[in-house]
Amino acid sequence: MARRVFATAVLGAAMLAPALALAADETPLPRQQWSFDGVFGTYDRASAQRGFQVYKEICSVCHPVKHLHFRDLMDIGYSEDELKAIATGYQVTDGPNDEGQMFQRPGRPSDPIPGPFPNDQAARAANNGALPPDQSLIVKARPGGPDYVYGILTGYKDAPTGFNLLPGMNYNEFFPGHQIAMPPPLSDNAVTFADGVPATVPQMAHDVVTFLTWAAEPRLEDRHRTGFKVTLFLVVAAGVFYAAKRKIWAPIH
Amino acid sequence: MADVAQQNIDQVHSGETRRDFLFLTAGAIGGIGVVATIWPFVDTLNPARDTLALSSTEVDLAPIQVGQRLTVAWRGKPVFIAHRTPEEIKAAEDVDISQLRDPQKDADRVQKSEWLIIVGVCTHLGCIPLGQKAGDDRGSFGGWFCPCHGSVYDTSGRIRQGPAPLNLWLPGDAELASKALYKFTSDAAITIG
Amino acid sequence: MADNRPGATARIIRWIDYRLPFVQFLNHELNEYPTPRNLSYWWNYGSLSGIMLVVMIASGVILATQYTPSADLAFDSVERIMRDVNYGWLVRYVHMNGGSMFFAIVYIHLFRGLYYGSYKNPRELLWIIGVIILLLLIATAFMGYVLPWGQMSYWAATVITNLFSAIPLVGPGIVTFLWGGFTVGDPTLHRFYALHYLLPFVILAVVLLHLVALHRHGSNNPLGIDHKGPQDTIPFHPYYTIKDLFGLTVFLLIYGFFVFYAPNFLGEPDNYIPANPMQTPNHIVPEWYLLPYYAILRSITFPILFVSSKLAGVILAFSSIFILFFLPWLDTSPVRSARFRPIYKWVFWLLVIDVVALGWVGANPPQGIVVTVGQIATFYYFFHMLILIPLIGKLERPRPLPSSIGTAVLSGGARLSGAGTPLAKP
Repeated sequence: MARRVFATAVLGAAMLAPALALAADETPLPRQQWSFDGVFGTYDRASAQRGFQVYKEICSVCHPVKHLHFRDLMDIGYSEDELKAIATGYQVTDGPNDEGQMFQRPGRPSDPIPGPFPNDQAARAANNGALPPDQSLIVKARPGGPDYVYGILTGYKDAPTGFNLLPGMNYNEFFPGHQIAMPPPLSDNAVTFADGVPATVPQMAHDVVTFLTWAAEPRLEDRHRTGFKVTLFLVVAAGVFYAAKRKIWAPIH
Repeated sequence: MADVAQQNIDQVHSGETRRDFLFLTAGAIGGIGVVATIWPFVDTLNPARDTLALSSTEVDLAPIQVGQRLTVAWRGKPVFIAHRTPEEIKAAEDVDISQLRDPQKDADRVQKSEWLIIVGVCTHLGCIPLGQKAGDDRGSFGGWFCPCHGSVYDTSGRIRQGPAPLNLWLPGDAELASKALYKFTSDAAITIG
Repeated sequence: MADNRPGATARIIRWIDYRLPFVQFLNHELNEYPTPRNLSYWWNYGSLSGIMLVVMIASGVILATQYTPSADLAFDSVERIMRDVNYGWLVRYVHMNGGSMFFAIVYIHLFRGLYYGSYKNPRELLWIIGVIILLLLIATAFMGYVLPWGQMSYWAATVITNLFSAIPLVGPGIVTFLWGGFTVGDPTLHRFYALHYLLPFVILAVVLLHLVALHRHGSNNPLGIDHKGPQDTIPFHPYYTIKDLFGLTVFLLIYGFFVFYAPNFLGEPDNYIPANPMQTPNHIVPEWYLLPYYAILRSITFPILFVSSKLAGVILAFSSIFILFFLPWLDTSPVRSARFRPIYKWVFWLLVIDVVALGWVGANPPQGIVVTVGQIATFYYFFHMLILIPLIGKLERPRPLPSSIGTAVLSGGARLSGAGTPLAKP
C-alpha cells in the first residue's frame, strides 16, 4: 500500500516536472483574487463589461482581438441590441463588390471585432518596429496568466539606479528582462465607467484582465458546470462499482 | 477455489440474489455514462455558433423597383426577391389550383403580394433557374426557367412544366419550418432566417 | 422488432456463430480465459491503455471534422473549435489531456512490467510488441503536437526534425525530405496530419497483436509464478471486468480533473501564440512525457570518438527506448517478480528516480547543475540497463518462491507454504 502511494507520488512528480522548472531571476508575481478562480469560478459580468470598455477605449488603439466576434459579447451580458449598436459603431472591410472594389460597411454581430491595423507590417510601422500582440489569447499565452497580465499593467515604475534602460523602452517590474516596448497604457480616470465605479489603475487593470481572461477562455463557465456534474456522476459511479466489485469478489477473498 | 468461483458466477447469472439490485444499478450507471459521453461528441457535428450567426440575412428592399428582381445569398443558397408587377400578381392569383402539379395558392406563398421571396434552387436536381437578370429566358409563364432539364415556373414560383416535382421553396421549407422564415422589419426591409 | 425471448435470441446467436464464431470467441476470452486470481490494481493499466486509445481515436476523428491542416488556418481552426463548435472545447481538451493521460497510463504499465518481470519467458514477444507500441505512440504524439501550429508546435518540429541532420552524409537530405521544403512549413504540416491520423490505426492493429500474444500464455501476476491449475485462476468475467470498470471510474476522476479544472496545466503557454518562423521561443520544451528522452539528447555535450555530440545525443536518446527490446535477455534473473528479488526490488526504484530526474533535467534550460545532473542520470540509465540488470540477476539470491498462486493466496499474501523452487528456464 505504501509502495503504491509512493509510486503514485513519483508519477505525479514526474508530470509536474515542467512546473518545477527553475525560475529565472524574476520578481515573484503577486497573486490576485479573480471571480473565475477555483472550481466554481465564473466571470463577473460587470467587471468584464468594464474591461471591454477599457479594451475598446485604450488597448484597441494598438492591439487587435481577432478571435472575438461581436456576437460573443452576449456571453458577458450585453443584449442583442446593445451588441448590434457596438458593432455598427465599427467600419468593417468587405468585398470585393461587383466592381471588384473592397468597401467599408458598418459591422454586424457575425463579424470579428476589427483590429486597429490591416496587417502586421502596418502595426510594426506604427509602433517603431514592435508588434503589439493580439489579445484574444494573451492570458493563456503567458506563464502566470491573469496575474501576469495584471502585473504588467500595474508594474510600471522608474528604473532602479544603475539599470541600463534602452532608448524607447519602459521599465516594468514583471516583464521578463524588465524592459517593455509598450508605454504604460493605464492612468487614473483614463476611462469613465458607465456604472460609476472609480477608474483607478488597479481597477481598470483588474477589469480588463477579467475581460481578457473571458476572451481567452469563453467557455470556462460551461466547463466548470459540466465538470461538476461529471465529477458527481463519477464519484457515485465509483462507489457503486466498488461495492459491486467487493460483492463479486467476496467469496474469493 | 475454482468451485467457489464457479458457484459465484452461477449466482451472478441466476439473477436471484440480493446483489442483483447493485448490478442493475451498476449497469444503468454505466449505460448512462456511455450515452452522456457520446452526446457531446455527436453534437459537435451540429451547426456551430459561427454558422448559426450567419444563418440570418437582412435585405433592404427599397432599391428594388417594380418589375425588378434581386438575388441574395442566404445560408449558402440563392434567394430570389421579385418586386412583382400588378400583371404578374394577377397571373399568379388567377390560376386554377387543381391544375397544378404541386397545388398551392399564391396567397399562401407571399406575405405581401408585391414581394415574392423564394429559394432559387430548382426542386428537380438543384440547379439555379434563370429569370433574375434582364434578358434571361423566363419560360412561358413569365416566372423562371431552369436550363438544366427544362422546368418552367410561374410568377408565383410554382412548377408548371418540366420534370421538377415541387414549387420553388419558400425560405424555411427545407428546414421544415411551419411558416416562411422571413419577416418584414419595415415596409422596405426584410430579415430572412 | 426482434423477439426478446431466450429461444429466439439463442437461435440468432447460433446462426451468426455458425458462420462467424463471434459470440463463442467472446465467451471464451471473457468467461473461460483463465486469469491469475491474485492480480493487483497494477494490472488495471493494460485495459486502461486500450480505453485511452479508443478515447483518443474518437476525440481525434471528431476534431478532424473541424480542423484545417493548413499553415495559415490551422491555429484559427483550433480556436474556432474552442469557441464556436458545440462542445468543441470539451473534445479538444479531452484529446489534449488525453495524450498526457495515455502516456501516464502506458508508463505505469511499462514499469509494472519492469518490476514484475512480465517481459521474461515466455512473454518476450509480448514485451517487444509493447515497446513497438510505445515508439508508435511517441511518433503519433509528436506529430499531433505540431498540428495546432503554435510556437511550440513549430519549433519542436524544427528541433526534432533537425536531429536527423546528424546522420552522416545523408542527414541534411533526409531532413529536407521530411520537411518537404527548406524549413518546417505547410507541406510538413499536411504530412504530419495525414500520418497523425494514420498511425493510431496502426497502433490499433499492433495492440491486437499484443492481445493475441498475451492470451497465448495469459497474464503474469504479482508473484511471478505460473498458474498450475484451476485453483490458481478465475475467469476474467466478472472478476476483472468489474475491477477494471472500477479502476476506470477512478482514472476518469483524475482525467476529468485535468479536463474540467486544469486543462492547460500540463501544456505550454507558448503554444497559444501562433507559429512565428522568425522568432524562437526562449525555452523550447517538449511535453512532459518526452522530457526524459530530451534530457538524454541534450546531455551529450562532447563528441564520442568520431561521433559528433549531436549525433551521439540522438543515438543515445533513441537507444534509451531501443534498449528495452533487449530487456528479456539483459535480465539474467531466474525469478520474475521483484517481490522475490531482494536487491533488484530496491534498484528498481533507483531507475524510477533516475527517469524522474531526467524529466526535471529536460524541463529546464541546459545550464549549470542541470547539465551535470542530466549527464549523471543519463549515465545511470544505461548503467542500470546494461550493467546492473544483468549483474544483479546473476549475483542476487532470490527468496524462495511459493509453491503455487493458490497456496500463497490462501496463506495470506505472498507467504510461503512449503519450499518453492525458482522458475526454471526451459
